[in-house]
Amino acid sequence: MDSLIDNWTARINDAAGRGGKLAIRGGGSKTFYGGREQGERLDVGAYRGIVAYEPTELVISARAGTPLVELNATLAEKGQWLAFEPPHFAPTATVGGMLASGLSGPRRQAVGAVRDFVLGAKLLNGLGEVLSFGGQVMKNVAGYDVSRLLAGSLGTLGVLLEVSLKVLPLPLAEKSLRFAIDEGTALQKLNQWGGRPLPISASAWHDGILMLRLSGAAAAVAAAERLLAGEGVDAAEAEAYWRSLREQTHAFFAGDAPLWRLSLPSVAPPQGFGATLIEWGGAQRWLRAGDARALRSAAAKAGGHATLFRGDDALKAAVGVFQPLPAPLAQIHRNLKHAFDPQGVFNPGRMYPDF
Amino acid sequence: MSMPTTAERPFTVDRSLLIRRLREVLPAQALLFEEEDLRPYDCDGLTAFRQLPLLVALPEDEVQVQAILRICHELRAPVVARGAATGLSGGATPHPDGVLVALAKLKKIIRVDPVSRTAVVQPGVRNLAVSEAAAPYGLYYAPDPSSQIACTIGGNVAENSGGVHCLKYGLTVHNVLRVRGLSIEGEIVEFGNAALDAPGYDLLALINGSEGLLALITEVTVKLTPKPELAQVVVASFADVRRAGDAVASIIAAGIIPAGLEMMDRRAILAVEPYANAGYDMDAEALLLCESDGTPEEVAEEIGRMTTVLEKSGAAGIRVSQNEAERLRFWAGRKAAFPAVGRLTPDYLCMDGTIPRKHLADMLEAIATLSGKYALRCANVFHAGDGNLHPLIMYDANQPGELERATAFGAEILELSIHFGGTITGEHGVGIEKIDLMAEQFTLAEIGAFHRLKAAFDEHGLLNPGKGVPTLARCREYTLARVGGEQNPTNPMNAPRR
Ligand SMILES: Cc1cc2nc3c(=O)[nH]c(=O)nc-3n(C[C@H](O)[C@H](O)[C@H](O)COP(=O)(O)OP(=O)(O)OC[C@H]3O[C@@H](n4cnc5c(N)ncnc54)[C@H](O)[C@@H]3O)c2cc1C
Ligand SMILES: Cc1cc2nc3c(=O)[nH]c(=O)nc-3n(C[C@H](O)[C@H](O)[C@H](O)COP(=O)(O)OP(=O)(O)OC[C@H]3O[C@@H](n4cnc5c(N)ncnc54)[C@H](O)[C@@H]3O)c2cc1C
Repeated sequence: MDSLIDNWTARINDAAGRGGKLAIRGGGSKTFYGGREQGERLDVGAYRGIVAYEPTELVISARAGTPLVELNATLAEKGQWLAFEPPHFAPTATVGGMLASGLSGPRRQAVGAVRDFVLGAKLLNGLGEVLSFGGQVMKNVAGYDVSRLLAGSLGTLGVLLEVSLKVLPLPLAEKSLRFAIDEGTALQKLNQWGGRPLPISASAWHDGILMLRLSGAAAAVAAAERLLAGEGVDAAEAEAYWRSLREQTHAFFAGDAPLWRLSLPSVAPPQGFGATLIEWGGAQRWLRAGDARALRSAAAKAGGHATLFRGDDALKAAVGVFQPLPAPLAQIHRNLKHAFDPQGVFNPGRMYPDF
Repeated sequence: MSMPTTAERPFTVDRSLLIRRLREVLPAQALLFEEEDLRPYDCDGLTAFRQLPLLVALPEDEVQVQAILRICHELRAPVVARGAATGLSGGATPHPDGVLVALAKLKKIIRVDPVSRTAVVQPGVRNLAVSEAAAPYGLYYAPDPSSQIACTIGGNVAENSGGVHCLKYGLTVHNVLRVRGLSIEGEIVEFGNAALDAPGYDLLALINGSEGLLALITEVTVKLTPKPELAQVVVASFADVRRAGDAVASIIAAGIIPAGLEMMDRRAILAVEPYANAGYDMDAEALLLCESDGTPEEVAEEIGRMTTVLEKSGAAGIRVSQNEAERLRFWAGRKAAFPAVGRLTPDYLCMDGTIPRKHLADMLEAIATLSGKYALRCANVFHAGDGNLHPLIMYDANQPGELERATAFGAEILELSIHFGGTITGEHGVGIEKIDLMAEQFTLAEIGAFHRLKAAFDEHGLLNPGKGVPTLARCREYTLARVGGEQNPTNPMNAPRR
C-alpha cells in the first residue's frame, strides 16, 4: 500500500513540475457529477481495505478505494450502517468517492449528510505530503476541521487516502406510508410534521403521491403510523422505492434530459418548473427541465442554490455545474485550493472553471 | 501558556492613531482604553492567564464591527473576538497589541421561525436564550453546553461546542445552517445558507471550531429541534470504575444511542451531592447517567433495554427518574459539577481530552496514578458516550509550585489521550492553553497546512494571532524540549500567573 502512495507522490511531483493535471478516479461511479474530467487519470481504487472497525466505538476507518458495498456489508454484519444512506450509482462506488462527492441519500434531512459523519481523513496534497486530520473519536476540535471540508470537495484539494466515519445502529423498525396529495399540500404537511417529534426518516413527493418513511423503535413507529393515518406500503415495495431514489433508478431520473438539483429551504413554495421530485422534507427538489439562469435565480431568491446534477459536457460548459459564488467566497475558494494544491494539479474544473 | 514571543509579535500598532480612527466610527461608550476599563476583559474562563488588550471595542451592530475590522486591517492591528468569555482554553484571551471586540451588545434574536424550524440570531445571544425563545413552539436548540446560561452562540460556533446530549443530537456544527460573518478585510461572507447545503467547499464546517481565527461571526441561523414528548434518565451506581466504563461500551454494543450518557467518579460525586442535592449514591465509585427520549412508548422500551444492560454490567444500584422534576434534579448534579468542584479548591484546571470509549477505565486508573504522582486531587466528569473527559485538577495558585504541578499533570493526561488514539481537545478548543501540545498531535506538514488554510482567509494573520495553531518554530522548540528530557520546560501551562 505504501508503494502506491510513493508512486502517486512521484506522479504528483512530476505533474506539478511540468504544469500537468491529474484526474483522480475512485470507482468512476460519479464521474458524471461535476465538471468534465480533465488531465491524466490517477486511479486510486487499488488503495483499499478496512483499516479498523470496532462496533462499540461506532467508528469505521477505511482506505479510500474500499468499495462502498464492502463497507456496507461489513457494517451490516454488526447491525450497523452509514445512516446518511450514501448513493452508489454503480457497484464500483468507493468510500473516497462518497466523501469527495459529498452526496447523501433519503435520510439526509433526518440524520445529516456525509460531512456530519466524517470524523477524520488522511489526504495526499498537491505538495506530495500525507496529512492526517481529525481522528477516530466522536469529538475533536484540535486544528481546523479539514476532514469535513473534504466532503464534497470533488478531489480538488488532494487524493483522499483514508476516512474515518461515525456509524449508527440500524433502525429497529421501519414503516412507509403513502398519501395522495398535491405538491403544495405535501410541502405544507412535511414542514408541519417536521416541527413535531415524529420518527420521519425519509420523504418524497412526486406526481401526486407523498411517500413517508418512519424509522426507530417499534413503539415509536407504530404510534406515528396511527397518528399520521396514511396508506401502509408493503415492506419490500418500500425498500425498492427508497433504493430507487437513492440510486436514481426511479423512472423520474431516466432519459438524457438534464437533471437539476435544487437545494432549498424546506418551506420554499412549489417552484413551478414542471415535473418535480421532492425529497428531504422539501429541502431537495429534482427537475428535468428549466433555463439555467431562471433556475439559479429562483433558487437564490428562495435562499438556496441549483446544481446541474447530470447534463452533457456542452451544457455544463455553457452554464456551469454549480451555482456561481459571490466574489468574497470565490476568492476564499481559490485561496483554499492554492493552500492544498498550489500548482493546481488535481481535478481542474471539476468544481468551478477557474481552479 | 506563554504568550507569543517577540518573533511571533510582528505587530507595530500605533495605539493613539488606532484610538483616533476607531473613535470616528464608534460611539464614545463603545471604545475602552483606560486600564481600569480594560481590566475586566483580561481573561476568559482560563483565568490562570491574564493579559490586557490594547483596546476594547463594544460594537452595537454589524456596521460598526465592519468599520472596526476595516481600520484594524488597514493598520495591521490584531483582532480578538469575545463572546461571554466562558471559554476554557484562552481563545478569548486578549492580545497585547490588539483590539478585543466584545460582541455582548449584538444580542438580538432576529427571528424564530417555527415552520422552517430555524432561528436567526446575533452572535451575542446566549445559548439558553435561543431555546427559551423557541419553547413556545415546542422546539429547542439541541447543543447544551453546561455553560449554556452564559455562553453565546458566536462562541459556540467558534468552539464547535458540545453538551450532554450531543451523542444523539450532534455538536454545534451539526445544528447550524448558516453563519454570516466578516472577513478581516471587513467583507461580508456567508457560509452555508437557509437550505441544507451550499455550493462549493463546506466552509460552514470549517468556520465551526475555528476559534475566531478565520472570520468574525455576526449572525447565525440555527436549526431547532422538536422537543421530545418525554425524557427519562437512569442513574446507575457502580462499585468500581472499570465496570462503569465497560457498561458504557455495552450500551452502545446493544444498539442503543442514549440521548445523554455521562459518567462521574467518586470525587466528583462527593463534590456535587452536598452542593446540588441531586440524590446520588454517595457510596458509589462511579455513576452513569443514561437518558432516553422520544414518545412515551419508545422511552419505556428503551429504558427497559438500558436497565437490562446496566444490570448485566454489574450496576450496584439503578434509579429511573419518575417525573420531570426528578429528571432535572438528577441532571442538575452533573451540570453543577464544575462550580461544585470549584467550592472544594481555590483553583482548578479543566482538561478536555477525548479517547475511544473502550479506554475510559484505563484512563481513569492512569489519572488516579498521576494524581498521586503530582500530589493533587482530581475529580472526573466525562461525556462518556462521546469518550470526552473533563478531569478537574484541583490546585491552589497561591502555593508555590502548585500551578506548575497542575499543568504538568494536565499535559500528561492530554498526552495519554493521544496515546489512546484520541485528541487533546474534544470541545473546549486549543486556544493558548493547548497550543504547544498541537505539536504532539500533528506533524509539521499538518501544522503547515493549517497555516496555509488560515492565510486563505486572513493573509496577514490578524484574527486572533497566537491561538489555535502554533508557529512552526514553536513546534520545533517544543519537540526539541520533549526529546531533551522528561521535564518539559515549554509546557503550555508553565507560565507564571500574573
Ligand atoms: C462552567 C462551564 C461549563 C462549560 N461546559 C461546556 C460544555 O459542556 N461543552 C462545551 O463545549 N464547552 C463548555 N464550556 C466552555 C465554553 O462555555 C464554550 O467554549 C463556549 O462555547 C464559549 O462561548 P463564549 O460565548 O463564552 O465564548 P468566548 O469564551 O468569549 O470565546 C470563545 C472563542 O470564540 C471566539 N469567538 C467568540 N465570539 C465570536 C464571534 N462572534 N466571532 C468569531 N469568534 C468568536 C473567541 O475569539 C474565542 O476564541 C464550559 C465553560 C464553563 C465555564
Ligand atoms: C461563565 C459562567 C458559566 C456558568 N456555567 C454554569 C453551569 O454550567 N452550570 C450552572 O449550574 N451554573 C453555571 N453558571 C452559574 C454559576 O456557576 C452559578 O451561578 C454559581 O455557581 C452559583 O453558586 P454560588 O453563587 O454559590 O457560587 P460562587 O460563590 O460564585 O462560587 C463558588 C465556587 O464556585 C466556583 N464557580 C462559580 N461559578 C463557576 C463557573 N461558572 N465555573 C467554574 N467554577 C465556578 C467559584 O470559583 C467558587 O470557588 C455559570 C456562570 C458563569 C458566569
